[in-house]
Amino acid sequence: MTPVFSGDQAALDRAWQALCAVPDPEIPLLSIVDLGVVRAVSADGDRVSADLTPTYSGCPAVSVIELDAETALRSAGFAEVVIRRVLAPAWTTDWITETGRQRLREAGIAPPEGSGRSALLGHPAQVTCPHCGSTHTEQLSEFGSTACKALWRCRDCREPFDYFKCI
Amino acid sequence: MTAAHSEDLFRYALRLGDDSLILGQRLGEWCARSPEMELDIALMNTSLDLFGRARTFLTYAGEVEGKGRDEDALAFLRDVGGFSNALLVEQPNGDYACTIARQFLFDAFDVSFMTALTQSADATLAAVAAKAVKESTYHLRFSRDWLVRLGDGTDESHDRMQAGLEEMWPFLHELFEMDAAEQRLVDAGIAVDRQALRADVMARIGDALTEATLSRPADGWQPVGGRRGDHSEHLGFLLAEMQWMQRAYPGSQW
Repeated sequence: MTPVFSGDQAALDRAWQALCAVPDPEIPLLSIVDLGVVRAVSADGDRVSADLTPTYSGCPAVSVIELDAETALRSAGFAEVVIRRVLAPAWTTDWITETGRQRLREAGIAPPEGSGRSALLGHPAQVTCPHCGSTHTEQLSEFGSTACKALWRCRDCREPFDYFKCI
Repeated sequence: MTAAHSEDLFRYALRLGDDSLILGQRLGEWCARSPEMELDIALMNTSLDLFGRARTFLTYAGEVEGKGRDEDALAFLRDVGGFSNALLVEQPNGDYACTIARQFLFDAFDVSFMTALTQSADATLAAVAAKAVKESTYHLRFSRDWLVRLGDGTDESHDRMQAGLEEMWPFLHELFEMDAAEQRLVDAGIAVDRQALRADVMARIGDALTEATLSRPADGWQPVGGRRGDHSEHLGFLLAEMQWMQRAYPGSQW
């Protein structure tokens, strides 16, 4: 889903560039735009507002992301910055961009397989190892180092890896 | 929104927040004490999801109430009688099987409850539910997996899983309890009719028990009262630990 934009183009470009440079606190290789949490941006002159959606209900990164986004927008020259937390529609891993998925792989994290709805059906059928590309992998634990990840291992290269869960 | 309606909605959001908060706190007691590291992470992840929900529900309850209480005031500055969580979630952790029994019964109910709540006419409740239902689905997968693994495991694990289930079973019934305030909200399309979930929830529990080779405990004692602040003796101790910082140093900030 693409974010909703409104306002004047020059200000929007400036705001968008600033947001694209805000890293996710847990996975700094990924920006909050790659992650798909920026749902709407409205910019006009030196005023800007951005709607952000939390990834997980209890994700401790939510407040940090909001603060970082505000700081980035202020640094980009906006005097009046409003960050809104929007709950609906709920964030889904389907919103992680193609660039985001590529960056996850580069960070050694397997991106979510299939659509967010598959989370309701059980374990993913197949997860590709981000290290060697093998699909001969198995889940070690449904819960990993952060709320959004599960712990998997590759049965070919024998390396453990994080898998970004589908929700 | 009339005053009476707003009072009902406040109480409802508070109940949902309290269920999540107290269960999250109980699970948090396992931190660094779980049987395996993966389980520690799993229980803390589940706890974190529940705290996230609690924050939104309690913040919303405070807004609806309109007396300037925020999530922190509601979590840290109410006494036992002011909490409206179900008795199930305040029960002590016991052994790991006991914790799994409590979690499984809660999750088995919660998946149906949150699914229904996504249809609420109240936009905030529906939005929290839309997020929560996905989380509850994998909470249930985790607790159900362990119920089956322990139940259908060794004689020792089977017996302890059965004992845990017997311990928690009486508290399951309160989750289906409706009172006049909730009924009014059901009529307004806002709350979930808990009674209507019973068949689905009991079928889900029954399937899991069969797979786990556990027997369904008898429906004997069915305590209620949590919703109106009549709690077991355990809640006070939990609150003492959870609230002492704010009580000892009022207004202290993280």
